Amino acid sequence: MGEPPFPPVLLKEMQMTQMQHETSTAPAAAKQALPMLHIKVKILRFDPEKDRKAHWETYAIDAQAGDRVLDVINEVKWYQDQSLTFRRSCMHGICGSDAMLINGRNRLACKTLVRDVAKDGGTITIEPIRGLKVEKDLLVDMEPFFDSYKAIMPYFINESPAPAAERIQSEEEAERMAHSSNCILCACCTTSCPIFWVNGSYLGPAAIVQAHRFIFDSRDEATQQRLNIMNQNTGVWRCRTAYNCTEACPRDIPITQLIEEVKRAVMYQQA
Amino acid sequence: MQHRYDVLVIGAGGAGLMAALYAAKGNVSVACISKLYPTRSHTGAAQGGIGAALGNVAEDHWQWHMFDTVKGGDYLTDQDAAEVFSKDIIDAVYELEHMGLPFSRTPDGKIAQRKFGGHTREFGKAAVERSCYAKDRTGHMILQTLYQQNVKEGTMFFNEFHVTDLLIEDGRCRGVVAYELATGEVHTFHAKAVILAAGGYGRIFKITSNALTLTGDLMSIYYRKGLPLEDMEFYQFHPTGLAKLGILVTEGIRGEGGILRNSDGERFMERYAPTIKDLAPRDIVSRSIISEIREGRGVGRDGDAVNIDLTHLPREVIEGKLAEITDLARTYLGMDPVKDLVPVQPTAHYAMGGIPTDLNGLCLSDGNGGSIEGLYAAGEQACVSLHGANRLGTNSLGDLVVFGRRAGIYAAQYARQVEFPDLPEDPQSGTKDLFDGMRNGSGKENPALIRKEMQESMMNNVGIFRNGPDMEAQVDIIKGLKARYQDVNVGDTSLRYNSELIEVMELGFMLDCAEAMTASALNRTESRGAHDRADFHTRDDVNWLKHTMAYKDLDKPGNVKIGYKDVSLKGFTRAFEPKARVY
Repeated sequence: MGEPPFPPVLLKEMQMTQMQHETSTAPAAAKQALPMLHIKVKILRFDPEKDRKAHWETYAIDAQAGDRVLDVINEVKWYQDQSLTFRRSCMHGICGSDAMLINGRNRLACKTLVRDVAKDGGTITIEPIRGLKVEKDLLVDMEPFFDSYKAIMPYFINESPAPAAERIQSEEEAERMAHSSNCILCACCTTSCPIFWVNGSYLGPAAIVQAHRFIFDSRDEATQQRLNIMNQNTGVWRCRTAYNCTEACPRDIPITQLIEEVKRAVMYQQA
Repeated sequence: MQHRYDVLVIGAGGAGLMAALYAAKGNVSVACISKLYPTRSHTGAAQGGIGAALGNVAEDHWQWHMFDTVKGGDYLTDQDAAEVFSKDIIDAVYELEHMGLPFSRTPDGKIAQRKFGGHTREFGKAAVERSCYAKDRTGHMILQTLYQQNVKEGTMFFNEFHVTDLLIEDGRCRGVVAYELATGEVHTFHAKAVILAAGGYGRIFKITSNALTLTGDLMSIYYRKGLPLEDMEFYQFHPTGLAKLGILVTEGIRGEGGILRNSDGERFMERYAPTIKDLAPRDIVSRSIISEIREGRGVGRDGDAVNIDLTHLPREVIEGKLAEITDLARTYLGMDPVKDLVPVQPTAHYAMGGIPTDLNGLCLSDGNGGSIEGLYAAGEQACVSLHGANRLGTNSLGDLVVFGRRAGIYAAQYARQVEFPDLPEDPQSGTKDLFDGMRNGSGKENPALIRKEMQESMMNNVGIFRNGPDMEAQVDIIKGLKARYQDVNVGDTSLRYNSELIEVMELGFMLDCAEAMTASALNRTESRGAHDRADFHTRDDVNWLKHTMAYKDLDKPGNVKIGYKDVSLKGFTRAFEPKARVY
């Protein structure tokens, strides 16, 4: 699905903003209201105490192009329907609470801007992420996701006596973990994986990324145990390289590539 | 439902996770209650680093770190806390590394360190590389690592449980009551010791780097019992939040060589802090930015920001060591720090004040040495007081691990020595009153509007620059908002996952924090650290070298009683006399 182009009104605004930053105009020069986009937000609602099945509700909202989709959802909750339920916390893509299916793609609502998903007069559709039980509206049961996380021994293991200061690790060795340690456990990847949808026992991309972080840590001593877990029938061999996970990751982690690296490590029995 | 644990930890950010780990090492049963899944905690948003005098890049000593912390706090810092901290943090950082934390490295494989605001060598001579970092996601790595270690130790977590009451009777803590989001059920947790580590309350302000969940719940619950909150007037505005959004842009950006520029392109910090310029402490940089804006040298559509300039730095540094903020600028502003100047403005960031504790984390009930048996606090929630009137960058992460660890150790030690105290007769009565209070009004007030008015008025009247008349007006505004809150509407009546009920409850907590802050700030007729008054523009050590203790007046609703507590002006081996604070 292609991204909608910038609406003309926005392009003009962006150019203007840029110009102002370049010429750094004095404050009095350009005080004016930002243009608003009139959009609709279509949200898949489900209340376990009232509904037998999910249904769509649509809300009309005025938003700025640079608003986050989370701002829009908050606006609905605060001023239109207080019962709308979803998780959120940090508002800038680091806590991983607000993974949602936005216009058919897994994203963080706080890291998705209105301008990237709707034009003036357009509609944003929002559904819960898939493959986990919907508890209420956009909020899903995260327990199975964290169970998979816990199954990969997600902790550093080195039973040798530690030195008085730090363990030495080269810059290159540290860089091996740069991608995998960047994961925020938002579940965008795992819940976009077609294998996970049909087989919930698959540990899923997020758990494998976490395993990668330890398998490729030069200081960790449990590589063999970790590779054994990855070699089980719930592990890496379930991956069919659909690349959905890589596309869904809000942190730009090359997940499929990391999974391939783990597969190779399992095959050659070394990291 | 009722639960029983020797030690209960409230909050699963850095301080709570560290406390839980160390309590568990003390051979007691431990559970951790959190509003969020632990990895969602806001410790994860910290970017630039954790300061410790490792000396991996340049010569450094804990005494220099202690001095910087005391001076950074404008001498309101308790020097015994600063000494414990500056020494302990060195081992604590090594310990994090031994837990597997993936620090960035020096060419010889040690933990990498960089410069940060207010951290100097030889007692103020020049900036020093003290901040130990993992790219610019140090907090994320600390949070992940500490959670991993808790998974390894098998810590029991109650996720998405909201604490509604502390059970304190006869000066002893007996447990807590918490509301389970998933079911709407109210749980009683019976405990020998409780550690409060639930973070700050930046959401009382309009522009903030804080998460939506940072609403001062436990501070308010403590305060509602007539117990004191310390130094609430000292609230840090981080100089560099992304313009309009308030999202944190790490100080590490200046540690790596970034420069603040006004609309003339001038490096204005040279005028305000000639020695360390852009690396002055945050209170000074934030005031300098606002001064530039007020004098017409701001940038952007409304002229209410300044630029941070990284364009002279190599792309590898920006995209490597500052990857997080590069992503944030690209995502939210459509700007690329490699070639664009990025507009920033001060953003409400960190509470220096909070629940008063001693060096072991034990909660204090007054300014004269009284305490609450079995109740501990650590992290941003607590005021030990390491940060005094202004916290130095990196010292919050340090605070979490050092004082989170101490609280865990001492709470476990206490729990091993005592039997379970009796629970109050009807432990859930306070919680029932709380919920009835929210549901029984006329319901004509939209909580979002009350919240918005609180956030805007606090920003305007109790922000970076303060004065008496504005704050007096704010006292009345808060009284008005609290009156309206009596008629608040809880628009969701369901039992399961009622996030609306939580938001309304949090609003009530925030109004208390705003009340205590405003009263404390109005009362302090001097300027010190982050507390800057136009009508009392100088520091007054004769009258004000003391901590504020704000108490809710339980007899007169809306009134705040102010008491005081002495500042520890000596460490155990070092002491730094108050001097004029220039950089």
